[in-house]
Amino acid sequence: MKILRYAVMLVFVLASIRLITGASDLTSTGTASAALLLSVPIVLAALGGLFSERAGVVNIGLEGMMIMGAWAGGLIGSQHGPWAGLLAAVVFGSVGALLHAIATVTFGVDHVVSGVAINIIAAGLVRYLSTLMYKSGAWPGPAQSPGIETIPVNGLPILSGGQFFGWKSPDLLGSIANLKWFFISDLASILRGLTGDVSYVTMVAIAFVPLAYFILWRTAFGLRLRSAGEAPVAAESLGVNVYAMKYAGVLISGGLAGLGGGFLAIVAASNYQENQVAGRGYIGLAALLFGNYRPGGLLAGAGLFGFADALQLRDSAAIHALLLFIVVILAFVAFKKFRSGKQIGAVISLVAAGLTLWFFFAVDELPGQLVTMTPYIATILVMALASQRLRMPAADGIPYRRGGLR
Amino acid sequence: MSVAVELRHITKRFPGVIANKDVSIKVESGTVHALVGENGAGKSTVMKILYGMQRPDSGEILVNGKEVHFKNPNDAIDSGIGMVHQHFMLADNFTVLENIILGSEPKHGATIDFAAARTKIVEMATQYGLEINPDVLVEELGVGQRQRVEILKVLFRGANILIFDEPTAVLVPQEVDDLFKALEGLRAQGMAVIFISHKLDEVLRVADEVTVVRQGSTVAEVKSKDVTARELAELMVGSELPKPSTLGHTRREEVTLALKSVSIPAAGSRDLISNITFNLHAGEVVGIAGVEGNGQAELVEAIMGLREYTGSIEFQGSSIDSLSVAHRHDLGIGLIPEDRQRQSLMMTSPLWENRILGHQRSKPVMRGFVIDKKATIESTRTIMQEFDVRAPGPDTLAAALSGGNQQKFIVGREMSKAPALLVASHPTRGVDVGAQGAIWDVLRKAREKGMAIVLISADLEELIGMSDRLLVMLRGTITAELDPAKTTPEQLGSAMTGAA
Amino acid sequence: MSNTFTRKFTPSKVGLAVAAPLAAAFFSILVSSLAVIASKKSPVEAFKAMWEYGTEAGSLMEIVNTATPYYIAAIAIAVTFRAGLFNIGVEGQLRLGALFSCYIGAMFVLPPVLHVAVVFIIAMTFGGLWAAIAAYLKVKRGVNEVISTIMLNALAGGLSAYLLSKHFAVVEEGSNNLQTKELPASAQIPDLMPLLRKIGIEDQPGGGVYGMFFVAVALGLIFWFVVNRTRFGFELRASGLNPIAARVSGVNSKRMTFLALVISGAIAGLSGLPTVLGETHTYNLGFRAGIGFSAIAVALLGRNSAGGMAISALLFGFLEVSSRALELIDIAPETYVIMQGSILLSSVVAYEVVRRFKLTLQSKELAKVVQA
Repeated sequence: MKILRYAVMLVFVLASIRLITGASDLTSTGTASAALLLSVPIVLAALGGLFSERAGVVNIGLEGMMIMGAWAGGLIGSQHGPWAGLLAAVVFGSVGALLHAIATVTFGVDHVVSGVAINIIAAGLVRYLSTLMYKSGAWPGPAQSPGIETIPVNGLPILSGGQFFGWKSPDLLGSIANLKWFFISDLASILRGLTGDVSYVTMVAIAFVPLAYFILWRTAFGLRLRSAGEAPVAAESLGVNVYAMKYAGVLISGGLAGLGGGFLAIVAASNYQENQVAGRGYIGLAALLFGNYRPGGLLAGAGLFGFADALQLRDSAAIHALLLFIVVILAFVAFKKFRSGKQIGAVISLVAAGLTLWFFFAVDELPGQLVTMTPYIATILVMALASQRLRMPAADGIPYRRGGLR
Repeated sequence: MSVAVELRHITKRFPGVIANKDVSIKVESGTVHALVGENGAGKSTVMKILYGMQRPDSGEILVNGKEVHFKNPNDAIDSGIGMVHQHFMLADNFTVLENIILGSEPKHGATIDFAAARTKIVEMATQYGLEINPDVLVEELGVGQRQRVEILKVLFRGANILIFDEPTAVLVPQEVDDLFKALEGLRAQGMAVIFISHKLDEVLRVADEVTVVRQGSTVAEVKSKDVTARELAELMVGSELPKPSTLGHTRREEVTLALKSVSIPAAGSRDLISNITFNLHAGEVVGIAGVEGNGQAELVEAIMGLREYTGSIEFQGSSIDSLSVAHRHDLGIGLIPEDRQRQSLMMTSPLWENRILGHQRSKPVMRGFVIDKKATIESTRTIMQEFDVRAPGPDTLAAALSGGNQQKFIVGREMSKAPALLVASHPTRGVDVGAQGAIWDVLRKAREKGMAIVLISADLEELIGMSDRLLVMLRGTITAELDPAKTTPEQLGSAMTGAA
Repeated sequence: MSNTFTRKFTPSKVGLAVAAPLAAAFFSILVSSLAVIASKKSPVEAFKAMWEYGTEAGSLMEIVNTATPYYIAAIAIAVTFRAGLFNIGVEGQLRLGALFSCYIGAMFVLPPVLHVAVVFIIAMTFGGLWAAIAAYLKVKRGVNEVISTIMLNALAGGLSAYLLSKHFAVVEEGSNNLQTKELPASAQIPDLMPLLRKIGIEDQPGGGVYGMFFVAVALGLIFWFVVNRTRFGFELRASGLNPIAARVSGVNSKRMTFLALVISGAIAGLSGLPTVLGETHTYNLGFRAGIGFSAIAVALLGRNSAGGMAISALLFGFLEVSSRALELIDIAPETYVIMQGSILLSSVVAYEVVRRFKLTLQSKELAKVVQA
């Protein structure tokens, strides 16, 4: 499979860079673990976007729904435990989505306008409610909830030290990783990070991806939902309840986004804090576009952004080393463009590679404020470079009225 | 012969217009029953009511003798009624199979039973002679094949009363023959077929009975063997039909438009248009005939500058290849686009603002770079008067006008700066007969005054009647040049499909 | 003249014009009352306290000052909204505009009016440049400008924090606050007190009305004129109403997209200046955040029209300032956020409902004429 080949090549490149720069965090278990963890909210947001847009409703409001989910996770999670918190997050996210659905599907408001409005409202609402909670003494600060219990983690048996019924299995991958052999250990440590000490919620979230594929492409519900986004008038003429499908798509997207927000508060952190979501709703949308509106693609995109997010939290030497990685990517792009005859594009990529290389040598350590920008820069770069022919659902973003009127 | 479906005294009102008034139709099973009437007479509305997409204000619907009430198309489908729409209702990004089973998916537990669906579809296709590949994406299909998918959609749901809404509007004569063969097959199986059309020759060929609708009411029900096309036409309109014919030669010496080897390449497949060469003189109308999708739209885009092309286009003797769309407009090239709502109107804006569209760089609408509102409103009023645009005033929103009035407005707008060249793409599509005649008059008069006109149309009578020359486009090239005075619609149709 | 007047202001037209804002206001009051009741206080008391505090002279001046940056930023956003685009990156553009104009503007001294003009130009340049990144990505690579401008917002935040702390700041004795060198007097815009005194308004403890108020008003007038009366404005609106028809009519859509976004960024760059030039005379860590997002609400509420946005900006300012009075009666002042949010949502829905109703009404009118 082509994807497998690319993945192995990628690990090889990262391993080489690690060797050259000594930035061990590039391929460490810790980074891989963090990458998986941080890609979950993005995956959930992207899946949310998938359901909504496949039903023909653009959902910019994912950010706001994640915020509501995170807040609800903090509120209920600190009082009734993490699982209740996650459930509350799903509910609150769906409530936000309900507003979006009513505005866009029933009243025909422009999808982007409604989404932006929801984001503004959600941010304001949770700030207001947090203040109330603080004033009433229940919360320690006006922008953060009390702590939440953690959800247990587990791993693959034998390979990654999983625990089952009290028995701790061997940690083969971990052992290989510790040997520090070039490439083999890098591969092992990455795999160990991805399969060991993984939160149960993470497993559920990743499982949603094949589940989404199954629902959308193998069930009648999924076919009808997609028809609402591709040809709503045709669907209506065949008796499909297009309004209901759109509502379903938007509500599901709100639930997923809310879960993503709750995840941030409960699993990735241990309480709710203002500005926790920090744009991940939008990054999720970018992952969806990167994946061309398909579940497999958006998982790859989310992984990419999760990796960028994870690096930013670790050693800044790793980010510095990442520059070298970008140089390799740009060189590869230049090579491909040259092969397909796009000379100018190839030259531009080469120049960009050269500049990045110079930057790598010129700067020893990247300043803190810029390091935190990594995921956002990554998003822009990815969107700019991956300009394939997007296959958007044909009737996405178009307000729909029964009878095909406007 | 039993009565399969009957409509009794159906009335339907929309805001501001009575679409159907006391409409009564009786269709027997095992017959093909035609419903004729001009555009806007109310045929589509009454069929939408029969199909459950609209609810009547009063009247009854009986299926097989029993009264029924449809809340939505599902109810109609359950009663055995299936509609094959004029504008195909297909999802381009779905496969043929997905389009057919949507809404009636065969299930296998929680999932769709794709295998069972595929078997049934292939069976049906063979039975009725409607062969198709179920796993192809609809966007790759041609027009005739798409219609098959529409028919299969309906049969898949067990329909025995089929409604065909203007099915031959987009077909060439050979495809029409195939369709009629299929209709005969359906009739032989005892189905009731309702056939909406305004093409009276075809109606008389295939229908057993004809109901005529005029201005929302049924005015006659006759057996097809008892009437001629002419009589039917007069019943439809209530008076003499206008004829789209030009008289005399008005062609001048001067060459207004010269195309030389104009091509538009497409990545990885054949050129969209290839090696188009022709000259158009002032005072001449060249009609471009062809099945939709054979490069006509791209030709228009090349002339207007909306798409890049190779080769050369000269307007009044000088090359315009490097000129922008705006520049070409300003030089004196006018355009009546194919899809008025999408390509030349701002539906939510008033008519006077729409007056500016396309003319925002010149008088009388502009004074320098500022909009002259007074002059614009005056000009809009003038256009509305001269071209009989029926609306309260220049403040009326474009969306409130009927299709015919919108088109008359657009024609008036383009004529207002007296272009030397007019590209008219399907100028009377979806327009009622009155407006159609008015637009033909306008084009005729302009031609006499020396305007050169490129006329693209799917209406073969319009093409033959209005053109001085006919060019046939097939697969992006000009394959024939015909003299309209010596060409019948059948000959033209054959040329369009490459059979001649 | 009376004919045009009675034609423009028929009862049904006036009714429709105020229907949406009234419905929105009603809904918002309802929701906010519920919020106040939820914190076990009386809504009537709350509204009364806000009204009394908000209508004091000092508060009114503050309201105008609060509204001024909102209005300018809203105009920037409206330019793109009208063209069918969404510049959500105003926050980042105005931040960079303020930062660079403070830093560069403090490097030299020029005659007063000229100095201010130069500061304006710097702010507009950097705001426009930042928006140009998103514009370029949209035009050349088809990148959705909603996502790219939001990412650029985050980047602007990080970039400005970095530049301020590492390069632009001047160390202040005994203060933890980082700030740029203070702008010389020639770059400061005096407040409008001298003018106001002349018409009998007294000085207030909180300071006067920012001089940039006039700039805001001028911008509003220019915006109205350009969008509604010039060719560029027409093509801008056409691109938003029907991009295909606009293209067929000769509008160069790529050029229009690029221009709209860059112009929007330039105007956004100005919106960070009122406080900076009128009060603080420096850019520091305490630079007011969130103007860009409130401005989006102001633009939506004001339906992207010069007059509507002015009223909305003042309304938002009123809610913000007057809600301080709530603290005195022990209600969370953040209640104004609820009010703003509910007005935004309900107005957006109400406008759509009224638009559809208007269309139905017109069709009915049309039928009467046709049948006549």
